Order: sequence, then structure tokens, then C-alpha cells
Amino acid sequence: MNNRSFLSGLKAGISIAIGYFPVALTFGLLAKTTGLSIWEATAMSIFVYAGAAQYMSLTLISKGVDPILIVLNTFVVNIRHFLMTAALNEKMQSEKRWIKGIYAFGITDESFSVLATQKDKKIATPFAVGVALIAYSSWVVFTAVGHVIGANLPAFLQAAMSIALYAMFVGLLVPSMRGNRKVVMLALLAAMINGFFYWTQLLSTGWSILVATLASSIFIEIIYAKRGKNLPKGV
Amino acid sequence: MGMWYWWTLLGMALVTYIPRAFPLTFLEGKELPPVVSGVLRNIPFAVLGALIFPAILYVQQDNLLFGLIGTVVAFGLAFLFSNVMVVVLGTIGVLAVYSLIF
Repeated sequence: MNNRSFLSGLKAGISIAIGYFPVALTFGLLAKTTGLSIWEATAMSIFVYAGAAQYMSLTLISKGVDPILIVLNTFVVNIRHFLMTAALNEKMQSEKRWIKGIYAFGITDESFSVLATQKDKKIATPFAVGVALIAYSSWVVFTAVGHVIGANLPAFLQAAMSIALYAMFVGLLVPSMRGNRKVVMLALLAAMINGFFYWTQLLSTGWSILVATLASSIFIEIIYAKRGKNLPKGV
Repeated sequence: MGMWYWWTLLGMALVTYIPRAFPLTFLEGKELPPVVSGVLRNIPFAVLGALIFPAILYVQQDNLLFGLIGTVVAFGLAFLFSNVMVVVLGTIGVLAVYSLIF
């Protein structure tokens, strides 16, 4: 199967769907205990579709925080997607704006990572739609399921599955690191900067990831530009 | 929840969608300066580094060892197999056994 079809997109997105399963299930459960009806909880997953922001909004709702502040916080948490979709735009097949406007809705940390680490020089639209759709379906369906069954997975399984999304990020990163010092430097530097902001608590998570990513990408680019070396095309 | 919830949801949906859609639609067909596109090509690898670390250590907030084992297993599997599904399922499997025992 080539890497252009909708089906291969679905296949590439399966690991995201697995990773979302426990996170969405827990969101549905927490939404229920926060007092959201099944429609309210599922509607949030359908229309907002942003894990960290949704979890945060539950905390804010339960504390009776002003809705305007909830919206503002949501924006701050998701502002890093500006960076991701600008980067992704360089890799995506040229396409009508309204079509890009549709699959843009499905860009998350996870679908971005899967798409951006594809070896192809250009990513075909059907492939992107496939990746986005299977991840989104998992998120919406398991939010509702979590609310309905109102029970957690067995504790040991829930604990084990909490690693899923991070294991996926590692699985996407490591093959690109092989024999490519620039990729190694980019990831290491961003991780170090992000760790610095995390432990000093100077920035909230959303800003920290944004600043670390941008700082690392710019700094390493400057160093490599001076040395006249760069990433091979298509990487 | 009352009507305010749905207005909040609308606001959340808008501020989440704009950062996703704006660059993809606005930059379509535009040729960026080489320096900018160079930086943008770096972003996937930098963002993966920042998404992984240090959050991977704290997947179980009260148990740093759990995160450490997960990190080692995930990287080990990724070096050996470079197949994302093997890495995800393998790491879950090892940690499931670990949580059953301890």
C-alpha cells in the first residue's frame, strides 16, 4: 500500500486511536463527575477536539471560573498549533483552501507528529484525512463511552496505557534520529529547554512547548546555516 | 449546565480551530524565504522532543520509576524495531506486567 491513500492514512493513525482510547475514556468519566450531560461532554469532544484544553476546562468549570477565562485559557494551551500547522503546510500537497480548512480541524499534537515524520516529500490529502479521521473518531466515541459506562479500565491497564501517546512520540522520533545528528540536536535541545521551564515553573505547559520548539528550531538552523549543512529534502 | 456552557463551547471551538486552520489555509501557495522554511522543517523534531520530555516521566505522577521504565522500554523498542505500533503496544505490555506485579 502506498503512502498516498486514505486507507494507509487510517492505518498510520491507528496508534493515535489506541493512545486516545484511555485519555478520552477518562475525559468522559471526569466530565460526568463534573456534572456534564453525555451530550455536553461528547459535544466538547466533537467541536473542540483538544485533549489538554478539554481536561483543563473541566477543572475550571468545576471551580466556577468565568467562561471568558476558560476560552482564553483554551487559546493559550492551543496556540502551539500555529507553529505546527505552519510547519505542516510546507509538507502538504497543494490543495483547495476549503479542503485544507476541513482537515486542519483534525490537527493535534499526535496527528501532526505522524504526518510531519512521514518520509514522503509531499503528503497527499487523502492520507492526511485518513490519519485525522481515525484519531478523531476514537476521541469522540470513547468520550461518549467513558460517560456511559462511568467506570475506569482496570487500574493496571489504565496505568500502562497512560504511556501510549508518549511511546508513540518516541516511536516517531527515533527512526528519524538514526544517522541524522541535526534531528538528534533539535529534539535534545527542545527537550532540555522544555525541562528547564517545567522544573523552574517559569512557563505553563502550552507556552513552554511553544517556546522550546521555536528556540530549538531557530538556534539549530542558525548553527547549521553557518556550517552550510542542512536537512536533506523530504526529511 | 446552562446555556452559558454552549456559548463557552463555541468560544473554545473557535480559539482551538483558528491556530489549526489559519496557517494551513493562509500560507497555501505562498513561497516562504528559505530561512523560514528551514526553521519550519525543524519543528517536527523539536516539538517531539518537547512533547516527550519531561512529560513522559510523569505519566503516573506519584511514581517516577514507572515513567522511567516506560521511557527506557519505548526508546529501546524504537531503536530495535522502528515500527510505531510495536513501540506503543510493546511499552503498554511491559508496563501492564509491571503494574500487575507491583
